[in-house]
Amino acid sequence: MLGHTRVTIRDGGPADAVGGVVPRWVALPESVEEISVVLGACADAGLAVTPAGARTKLGWAAPPERVDVLLDLSAMHEVLEHVAGDLVVRVQAGIPLARLAEVLAGAGQELALDVPFPEATIGGTLAAPSPGPRAYRYGNARDLLIGVTVVLADGTIARAGGKVVKNVAGYDLGKLFTGSYGTLGVIAEATFRLHPLPADRRWLTFECEGWEDAGALLRSQLEPSAVEIDHPAEGLSMVAALFEGSAARDRAEAAREVLGGGELRADPPSWWGRPPGSPLASLRCRVAPHVPEGVSVRGSLATGVYLASGATDLDAWRSRLPGDARLVGLAGEFTGDRWGPIPSLPLTRRVKERFDPDRRMSPGRLAGGV
Amino acid sequence: MTVFDRLEAVFPPDRVITDPVRLRTYECDGLTYHRATPMVVVLPETAEEVAAVVRACAEFGVPFVARGSGTGLSGGALPRSDGVLIVTSRMRRILSVDLDRRQAVVEPGVTNLAITEAVRDRGYYYAPDPSSQQICSIGGNVAENSGGAHCLKYGFTVNHVQALEIVTPDGEIVEISEDDFGYDLLGAFVGSEGTLGIATKITVRLMRAPESVTTLLAAFETIEAGGQAVSSIVGAGILPAAIEMMDALAIEAAEAAVACGYPADAGAVLIVELDGPAPEVESQLAEVIAICVATGSFEQRVAASADERAKIWKGRKSAFAAVGRISPAYIVQDGVVPRTCLGEVLAGIDALQDEFGIRVANVFHAGDGNLHPLVLFDDTAPGEGERAEVVSGRILDLCILHGGSITGEHGVGVDKARYMPRMFTDADLDTMQRVRCAFDPGGRSNPGKVFPTPRLCGEVPRVRKGSPGEIF
Ligand SMILES: Cc1cc2nc3c(=O)[nH]c(=O)nc-3n(C[C@H](O)[C@H](O)[C@H](O)COP(=O)(O)OP(=O)(O)OC[C@H]3O[C@@H](n4cnc5c(N)ncnc54)[C@H](O)[C@@H]3O)c2cc1C
Ligand SMILES: Cc1cc2nc3c(=O)[nH]c(=O)nc-3n(C[C@H](O)[C@H](O)[C@H](O)COP(=O)(O)OP(=O)(O)OC[C@H]3O[C@@H](n4cnc5c(N)ncnc54)[C@H](O)[C@@H]3O)c2cc1C
Repeated sequence: MLGHTRVTIRDGGPADAVGGVVPRWVALPESVEEISVVLGACADAGLAVTPAGARTKLGWAAPPERVDVLLDLSAMHEVLEHVAGDLVVRVQAGIPLARLAEVLAGAGQELALDVPFPEATIGGTLAAPSPGPRAYRYGNARDLLIGVTVVLADGTIARAGGKVVKNVAGYDLGKLFTGSYGTLGVIAEATFRLHPLPADRRWLTFECEGWEDAGALLRSQLEPSAVEIDHPAEGLSMVAALFEGSAARDRAEAAREVLGGGELRADPPSWWGRPPGSPLASLRCRVAPHVPEGVSVRGSLATGVYLASGATDLDAWRSRLPGDARLVGLAGEFTGDRWGPIPSLPLTRRVKERFDPDRRMSPGRLAGGV
Repeated sequence: MTVFDRLEAVFPPDRVITDPVRLRTYECDGLTYHRATPMVVVLPETAEEVAAVVRACAEFGVPFVARGSGTGLSGGALPRSDGVLIVTSRMRRILSVDLDRRQAVVEPGVTNLAITEAVRDRGYYYAPDPSSQQICSIGGNVAENSGGAHCLKYGFTVNHVQALEIVTPDGEIVEISEDDFGYDLLGAFVGSEGTLGIATKITVRLMRAPESVTTLLAAFETIEAGGQAVSSIVGAGILPAAIEMMDALAIEAAEAAVACGYPADAGAVLIVELDGPAPEVESQLAEVIAICVATGSFEQRVAASADERAKIWKGRKSAFAAVGRISPAYIVQDGVVPRTCLGEVLAGIDALQDEFGIRVANVFHAGDGNLHPLVLFDDTAPGEGERAEVVSGRILDLCILHGGSITGEHGVGVDKARYMPRMFTDADLDTMQRVRCAFDPGGRSNPGKVFPTPRLCGEVPRVRKGSPGEIF
């Protein structure tokens, strides 16, 4: 009955489930306009929609209360505009990061995001961001995003930002949508600031007892692009720092002197930028965190952003962390509160009400039923 | 009972200003041709006091406007004659500095430079550096998402603010942080120009000072050649801390004002600053000089000391004020264009000068395509002001035509609100309005700024119940 839209639709099956909820249909739009048509039709019929990219994180956060339509963006995978001289690229949201990286590498450039799953899409990376190692140097996905096209629950197409790196005209809807987990609308296109590929990359790794040892690197002027720790449930931790630039090797060697040891390498250690395991939790903590027995933690000493696995009682762990630390259950089973305190929740709710008053976009994925 | 009574009940008399003469101090910001006398000015000292004022405004249906140091260049802090002006100049404490966390927590009235000054001797700094940094407040920076010369490499205010305490337009005190899971409310608030509430506490990121800093001044015969050098530097994969450019008229003005001693006869000068680990800076400097020479630079000076560096920057930093020496009045524009269109847009500006008989001095952040054309005019000559206005507007049209923006760092304010529909569709603006309505359904927080036409929010639409029919 949506024949007039000409959008490809198929029946949903168990393989399309979102956190255990099987959608009745899967829609595969090929343009911004088609997304708008589908969402408009869903609005008329009161259908609940969940957007999907490569589905690597479709299970993250709480399962949606209902999903009638899975809006699959995999048919929107084009680079729309790459102006190498401006270090700017505009893409459709369904493009896999690996494919984008390939195109950009041809011009000696990159989108400086570390995403562990090459098939992951731009849309998913914005909607469900989890900063990787180099966020210390380049910022998070939201910091590299300079323009966005979104489609709202009622089918409205809206743009914000633009294709210049510096721009303060109007509210930054792109930032608002980062971290929205599909609950505000659909990210259809995005424009990013790019970086030149560094002339060289070197890693310095060293084993350590505690978290303090790497502090010297952050206090140094060697400008590491990333300082990561792998703290396994048992055994010694390993710290790895990345240096980028034509003098990367010299700087990595200088860093080894600062630390009094370590191993220089041209490739990252195997755990670099990978999630530690399950159940998976996101930890934000600006000081060396307390880590419970049996829990492994990986992430950035420089930004305080970590992923943790093996912890199910998050309430108990939270009670041992500083007040401004945040611990959120991403994927798996947790006892107690998976979200922890979110002081801005009332504002988040109000934004949700204005963007999706009928609660049809992935309802209930985020804290407080958002 | 009026809003005055309520304010006088909360504040001591010296912190509620109603005297017409004293009110006049606050009638404009850095954009002096928009003026309005506020109904009343209050000087709160705490977030609770800010919240009390905002609640009083809600109770009596009165609009309010926040003001930091009043250096804004888009009329953002222009008061309302029917409203309360909330000035943060008494909220000037640096609440904490924690170098292990590389963070400082400050009140909104703290000046931008004061943050760096508090940590400089320990080898740290706060990166965003608007030219007004000695005076402008961090609260104003947050509202405008201010930039500065070094934002090319390090980003803008939004990339350096990690958490905020805000007073919402309903008068609640709420914390928003980049660490919170879910929507990036922090990113939406920064740059909202005081329309989503008032920032009362700001957590900023501190950065380790670079090991080495070097500044190069390169002179070119033409602005096109300078522009070519910029493209080649970026094309070579070099990301300088700053790339600034000035044209002949701007150089003339700076010379007249501060005797900066830039090479005579230069049609354009480029200031390139490189910073970072010493070996990186050294190799990049050699490369940048080679590029400048290859693109026709006839003189290059490298600052050998901090003093010499300051001297090179002096001309650039004084440029706005200096233009006052060569023209009785001027309009500062803030358009942005993709870097690759710089040449075309500058040629377009040249054509406008000829067409309207109006001079334009160009000073700009060349690395990120942010132009600051200074449109010069004589405000006593009949019709010149209007012509300058037209030229200004046409420059913004040029920027939009080339896929750019009407403002790179000064904000929309009252000044550029009418240009917003040239850049955005109704649907875009309506969508932004939804954010506004979520934060400020009563439309009391700095109304009349940013958006061209006032819009009402209405109630949150009631949940509509549809039956998932067989539509597919
Ligand atoms: C160790 C680790 C490191 C990571 N590093 C980074 C990093 O450096 N930077 C970074 O930003 N992320 C990083 N991530 C996050 C991760 O890469 C993304 O969450 C992932 O790429 C999701 O992509 P996807 O296409 O598979 O999305 P999906 O799994 O399909 O979807 C994920 C979520 O986003 C929603 N969604 C998907 N597409 C859209 C859309 N177009 N519009 C609206 N909502 C949508 C879905 O509804 C779902 O809730 C990291 C993750 C891990 C585990
Ligand atoms: C000579 C000169 C050079 C300049 N150079 C630069 C530059 O290089 N880069 C740049 O980006 N800008 C520059 N500016 C513009 C200006 O300095 C910045 O916009 C600055 O951030 C304004 O800060 P302020 O404290 O003066 O804010 P104000 O002018 O007082 O206010 C600006 C806006 O912020 C709002 N506001 C103020 N405080 C708060 C708060 N606590 N919470 C919420 N909203 C608030 C106001 O309502 C208003 O909308 C320059 C200005 C001058 C005069």
